[in-house]
Amino acid sequence: MKILQPTLPVGPVRVIDSLDFKPKSTGMIPRGLTLAAVLIILAMLAIIMGNIFIGGVGTISWEFLTHPPEQGMKAGGIFPAIFGTVALVILMVIAVIPVGVFTAIYLHEYTNPKSRVTRLIRVAINNLAGVPSIVFGLFGLGFFIGFVGGGLDAVFFPDDGPVWGQPAIIWAALTLALLTLPVVIVSTEEALRTIPTELKEASYALGGTKLQTIWRIIIPQGLPGILTGSILAISRGAGEVAPIMFTGAAYYLPYLPAKLNDQFMELGYHIYVMATQSPDVEATKPILYGTVLVLLALTFALNSVAILIRSRVRKKRANV
Amino acid sequence: MYNEMSDLSVRVAKTDISSDAAEKLQYKIIVEQLDFFYGDIQALFDISMNIEQNRVTALIGPSGCGKSTFIRTLNRMNETIPGTRMEGKVLLDGCDIYQDFDDPSQIRTRVGMVFQKSNPFPKSVFENVAYGLRVNGIKDRNLIAEVVEESLKRAALWDEVKDKLDNSAFTFSGGQQQRLCIARALAIRPEVILMDEPASALDPISTAKIEDLIGELRQHYTIVIVTHNMQQAARVSDHTAFFYEGKLIEDGPTKEIFTRPKKKKTEDYITGRFG
Repeated sequence: MKILQPTLPVGPVRVIDSLDFKPKSTGMIPRGLTLAAVLIILAMLAIIMGNIFIGGVGTISWEFLTHPPEQGMKAGGIFPAIFGTVALVILMVIAVIPVGVFTAIYLHEYTNPKSRVTRLIRVAINNLAGVPSIVFGLFGLGFFIGFVGGGLDAVFFPDDGPVWGQPAIIWAALTLALLTLPVVIVSTEEALRTIPTELKEASYALGGTKLQTIWRIIIPQGLPGILTGSILAISRGAGEVAPIMFTGAAYYLPYLPAKLNDQFMELGYHIYVMATQSPDVEATKPILYGTVLVLLALTFALNSVAILIRSRVRKKRANV
Repeated sequence: MYNEMSDLSVRVAKTDISSDAAEKLQYKIIVEQLDFFYGDIQALFDISMNIEQNRVTALIGPSGCGKSTFIRTLNRMNETIPGTRMEGKVLLDGCDIYQDFDDPSQIRTRVGMVFQKSNPFPKSVFENVAYGLRVNGIKDRNLIAEVVEESLKRAALWDEVKDKLDNSAFTFSGGQQQRLCIARALAIRPEVILMDEPASALDPISTAKIEDLIGELRQHYTIVIVTHNMQQAARVSDHTAFFYEGKLIEDGPTKEIFTRPKKKKTEDYITGRFG
């Protein structure tokens, strides 16, 4: 049987017996390069963690965790700093979550995403995320302590010394909240975007107002994303020193913060102080190591709590 | 005697104002010169249409002809989409639903809606049906439980779910979920129910159940249904409107539209020459 061949318009120029393909690369080079990058990262992490763990684990004791520093920080514990850090982070989360979540809801539910104003707000949020933390610290000093705190004092306590117009845990927490606001807004918005329009329409179609729909459908549905935002905020905020050194963290305090306008000790700042301003650096070294280890463990623990809550919420949502 | 009084066409011809008003009351919804825009794109052109009380009105037409957009203007659902604009009037019992109500939620308790894709809340069966009651301020637990049961019975779902009221709505089949959405819509006692292709995502048996349900509900509610399926329109509706490219081409009693359409376009669509 003769198979019809398509006739080329110019006729065959040459007869092609076989195509000479270039031999394939085995892919060892890209694989090796990427693996090397991963190994470098892992090695760095292992060195840092190992160093801190080995240097610090000997210092950790019940007494270290539950007692204040003694003898110019050469002995004693770090309890006030642990307490201050936890209190600071909790206050920060209380401040940042509502503002961040409401901002995200406003942007996603109340504005037209294509409008110029919305895009401008978004650019502003992204820029806020790029501001160096020391700038937040100076802003907190000028705005919260000088303007807000000083203003409160002038109006309510004109005859006393500074009551609110001084470094305090509330101002430090608000400054940190400002720093972590963008991550909360962005992760909440991400969560709102995944809520199906059909669900919102179902609520509206049953006579639900916008507010009821936000409260009963959108926020519960967005809760895991909101919690992710708080996890990221904790990770970012708990270790920051620059924003709090002007706004409330103290070098050494004989008491724990009991009021919102008290100063406080904080682990990160305590580390900074011990590393740079101790009269006897060598003597404080074991304590320094121990403090770093506690800070890492504490951040990790705070994160774990938030992750645990989130997985609970997810499970509950899946089961209703 | 005045037999022709019952004949609609005779009364429409009358110019007397009082009888004109009386005639308008026959209609649950009157749409006057409705235009609708998505941004700069016009989706509906000068639609005027009357929807009769306690009847099923079917909206048919090819995809993108504006029938879904039209049905969503009847409960102000299009307002939830940013950048849309509407001109003209929609009257419910003579009240302009765009002018005479402060909040669109007020109109939506009277004009319920069932969507193309069943969209139960990620809540229990009970809470799905109770949602509309709760957002409208009903707190009495016994009353809520009664209305939930009654609504599920009306939606012919009670026997299937009565022992599983606390189960998540997602544990039920697609057809059951859609009937749950109908029950949910019935719970707030609407006067009108809008259905946007309620059976298009369902298997034939579930579709038949939904159609039977529409047959039951039409005694008590004014129903407007969008459908792609012409047999379905013929089976369930009393009145049919044919939309094409954002315009209302023709509307009339279903029997007439399907047997003696007045317009060539309608005939072409119904006989399957396009669409």
